[in-house]
Amino acid sequence: MSAIHDLFTSPIKVINVGLPSFAADLQRQNVPVVHVDWKPPAGGNPRIAALLDRIRRWQAQVRAGKE
Amino acid sequence: MKPLDIAAINREAVQAIQKVQPELVGIGIAGEVVPRLRRNLVLHAGPPITWDRMCGPLRGAVMGALVYEGLARSIPEAERLAASGEIAFEPWHEHDGVGPMAGVATASMPVWIVEDRASGRRTFCTLNEGLGKVLRYGAYSEEVLTRLRWMRDVLGPVLQEALTRRPPINLKALIAQALQMGDEVHNRHRAATSLLFRELAPAILRTRAPTDDQVKVLEFLHANDHTFLNLSMPAAKLMLQAAEWREGCTLVTTMARNGTDFGIRVAGLPHRWFTGPAGQVKGLLFPGFIEADCNPDIGDSAITETVGLGGFSMAAAPAIVKFVGGTVADAMRYTQTMYEITVGESEAFQIPSLDFRGAPLGIDLLKVCETGILPQINTGIAHREAGVGQVGAGLVNPPRQCFEAALAAFVEIYCPE
Repeated sequence: MSAIHDLFTSPIKVINVGLPSFAADLQRQNVPVVHVDWKPPAGGNPRIAALLDRIRRWQAQVRAGKE
Repeated sequence: MKPLDIAAINREAVQAIQKVQPELVGIGIAGEVVPRLRRNLVLHAGPPITWDRMCGPLRGAVMGALVYEGLARSIPEAERLAASGEIAFEPWHEHDGVGPMAGVATASMPVWIVEDRASGRRTFCTLNEGLGKVLRYGAYSEEVLTRLRWMRDVLGPVLQEALTRRPPINLKALIAQALQMGDEVHNRHRAATSLLFRELAPAILRTRAPTDDQVKVLEFLHANDHTFLNLSMPAAKLMLQAAEWREGCTLVTTMARNGTDFGIRVAGLPHRWFTGPAGQVKGLLFPGFIEADCNPDIGDSAITETVGLGGFSMAAAPAIVKFVGGTVADAMRYTQTMYEITVGESEAFQIPSLDFRGAPLGIDLLKVCETGILPQINTGIAHREAGVGQVGAGLVNPPRQCFEAALAAFVEIYCPE
């Protein structure tokens, strides 16, 4: 309980991942925030992500074969 | 599955692109120097397309070219001939060349010849006609055809003789210098054309042409900032050909549009086009025109972006935003973002405002699909009706589906389930 208590009673430092508007809201309230510009791989398209994954697995095999 | 190391193959492909030295070596008649170009064949920009699907400016340019070639006596006759099936249409890109906007070329037109001495490889492009009513924007009036005939009968021969009276012009060095002077050599060529003029002028004066013709040639080159576009394009094409058709390579070697479709080709997928609908260009329109006047994206000039110039090097050309729209900060951001989807940086083309960082080079199909970031292109905008001409300039991206289709084809060939 004390850890949770500490979190809410000490100054908050935030790392925001993804939507920049969340970071902007915190900045407006003078909360220190680091924004990470992140998007889901392949724009969240599961078909494209699966194709890329197949290439990734193939390339991992190629690298393993070289070692 | 073959043990192909994509990253290593892509690195080698970028190195091959870097090694190419495109030099302007001369001018020839298209039918004599362009591979497999015959009298009843019309070359055009972008991926393959049939007459019935061609946009207004491309149709206009085709009709004008058929009259110019003497294959039709009038525009209505040219229209009937084009639709008859007696005329073949093929992409410039499949004939070692490129064409801006409609990109139409036929057998008797003069073309620049750009060569890489080490490989002996050559690329070709017609000579730029200037702005206003010109064939590449689909104009076909008598004024347009008269200018084309003058280019064939005077401009081409004078430039050809001039080029025999001096050493070849290293276009890579000239482009590199132009980037230091505020060009990105897709839509801004003021520095590059001026540098070319300095190279050519003494040789033009040494030709045996009448003084009046020499003056007219010099005035024509001087009056048209876009003269160099028709050299930056074949230079880019020549460099990218060094990467083409390498097994396992995921670099994009062609981006081109015919005004209806946008097409890409990928080094590891030989000769295949992957297409999607050409987008609407967003930018600045000339006074008197509205968005509804604009044709979708058209031309082979995105070959400049494919080699890291144009939209990819906009940080080198802050003044370009007055022509294509946006702010200088946007121009900086476009270049910075393109590093996310490329695998190398140009050794020759450097961007002063980025502390001389090399231009983003080698668009990786996998990185485009992974990040969702699409290549940034800046471009001219044609009126959607044949014969009107340019109505503005702006920014556009390729359709995502080109890259997704290429990715699916790559997986099917190289790592099927």
